Amino acid sequence: MKELTELTISEVRKGLQEREFTSVEVTKDCLDSITSSDQLNAFSTVTADIALEQAKNSDKRIFEGDAPNMCGVPIGVKDLFCTKGVKTQAASRILQDFTPEYESTVTQNLWDDGAIMLGKLNMDEFAMGSSNETSVYGAAINPWRASDSDKFLTPGGSSGGSAAAVAADLCIAAIGTDTGGSIRQPAAFTGTVGIKPTYGRVSRWGVVAFASSLDQAGPMTKSVRDASILLEAMASHDLKDSTSSAQSIPNFEAALNSNIKGKRIGLPKEYRMEGMSEEIEKLWSQGAEMLKDAGAHVIDINLPHTKYALPVYYVLAPAEASSNLARYDGVRYGFRALSKTGDGIEEMYSRTRFEGFGKEVQRRVMIGTYVLSAGFYDAYYRKAQRVRTLIKQDFDNVFSDGIDAILTPATPSEAFSIGEMTDKNPIEMYLNDIFTVTVNLAGLPGVSVPAGLSKNGLPLGLQLIGRPWEEGDLLNTAFALEKALQFSEKPKKWW
Amino acid sequence: MSIDKDTAARVANLARISIPDEELENVAKELSSIIGFMEQLNEVNVDNVDPMTSVTPTLLKKRTDVVNDGNQQSKVLSNAPDTREGFFAVPKVVD
Repeated sequence: MKELTELTISEVRKGLQEREFTSVEVTKDCLDSITSSDQLNAFSTVTADIALEQAKNSDKRIFEGDAPNMCGVPIGVKDLFCTKGVKTQAASRILQDFTPEYESTVTQNLWDDGAIMLGKLNMDEFAMGSSNETSVYGAAINPWRASDSDKFLTPGGSSGGSAAAVAADLCIAAIGTDTGGSIRQPAAFTGTVGIKPTYGRVSRWGVVAFASSLDQAGPMTKSVRDASILLEAMASHDLKDSTSSAQSIPNFEAALNSNIKGKRIGLPKEYRMEGMSEEIEKLWSQGAEMLKDAGAHVIDINLPHTKYALPVYYVLAPAEASSNLARYDGVRYGFRALSKTGDGIEEMYSRTRFEGFGKEVQRRVMIGTYVLSAGFYDAYYRKAQRVRTLIKQDFDNVFSDGIDAILTPATPSEAFSIGEMTDKNPIEMYLNDIFTVTVNLAGLPGVSVPAGLSKNGLPLGLQLIGRPWEEGDLLNTAFALEKALQFSEKPKKWW
Repeated sequence: MSIDKDTAARVANLARISIPDEELENVAKELSSIIGFMEQLNEVNVDNVDPMTSVTPTLLKKRTDVVNDGNQQSKVLSNAPDTREGFFAVPKVVD
């Protein structure tokens, strides 16, 4: 018999409807496992009182026969989502003790459906990072460890707390955000499922902004079915987000039948990077074989501008960040540095932003400021926007040639150690996003599915990229892949 | 293009981040290596390619130009580090 905390969303839904247990019971068990997992540093704030109150209400709703899919399901929320009356810091000192007076649209949708908020989850500061180490709360720790090693590993980033919490069964599911791979890379590092939906599928209102043309929120779950359920609950057309789409939101779960006969799956040769590990290469071909066995056609494709995706991203994302983060001025919210005698307002701004932002955020704000500054705008920012057009055209071309989905590795490596990247050039860390960042640039949906264990006993993931607005079809292909892969490993509990 | 210490100081000032003088050399080095990484984009021919301004080809929605929210002064001020008489308070701007 599984512990309640180990259940998936669909299993909790079934158990609640069949009165096998109550939401209060599941919620209490999750809160207990959070309390006993301080070493993972996955949660930055625990909202036990809110959770128990919500669970009572959801039990009542279920009893009265009004039970949406997420009703009674306890989840964790990345610290990037504004939650009314609950501290929201984006893991930054500059938002110290910021307590929103409003609720993000995504979380409001979930609470309206009866989901339970266990608390806020650790992340990289302002979602800038791939290891969770830039957090003001300190790094979140991966529940997975390499065989015969007790070294702490990163759960990835930026949604590292979300991934660690789901993998360690501290919650039934979690929500994260993805600007260049921040859902899919941590999912791959922790043996969980994560989907970044099509740009515009999920409202960005009330989500602390990093790079607005790339940011999308999405589910982080224990199964592809759960990702379908949670995505549908998160999505809505929101007038408060001007880029939120009016496209109808299908029942994604209903699309899951694992029938992918005749589907055309592309393998982009540009993703076969120089120096790619044999393990990842093998896993990738294995995934392709499995899809073929399930009746799909596997076809070699070309995405010729792939190698420019990272440089484009590291112009555009910092440029947008430098604009979005201009609002942190020590006047309206959060932290203000102590003034020295004679300081004017300029000194207050500059000192607040030096003391309030961490090193990586400062670096990106400065890069963004530089590429947007007079004399460099055309050479960097405008150039990158034009190459972004070419990257999107690469995808448009393969989709119009009849490709239904694209299979790639999710990450270039398994989870690395905490501290391993500290003294390296920042570019080394940026390379983590190499397989995921193209998807954000082209606004496409992408899902990471756990695929196997490395020789060190650590999870590795495969990524499927779909056509815009066709998350249902994409999730069904992921469902077929999940079924074939049969990944069921869990980290051994040491925390 | 490499970023020298003076350029780093200018960028830090534009970004309103008071990087101490002794750290500027190192910041310049880091920024240079990132900018160097971006130089790859020079290889790409972008003649007749439009810059992407919207990833999904949709028109931005418009709404009627009317007041649809407001009267939330205390909520707006509730997270400010310093407020006085219903206003944000800041250090003196003019002498």
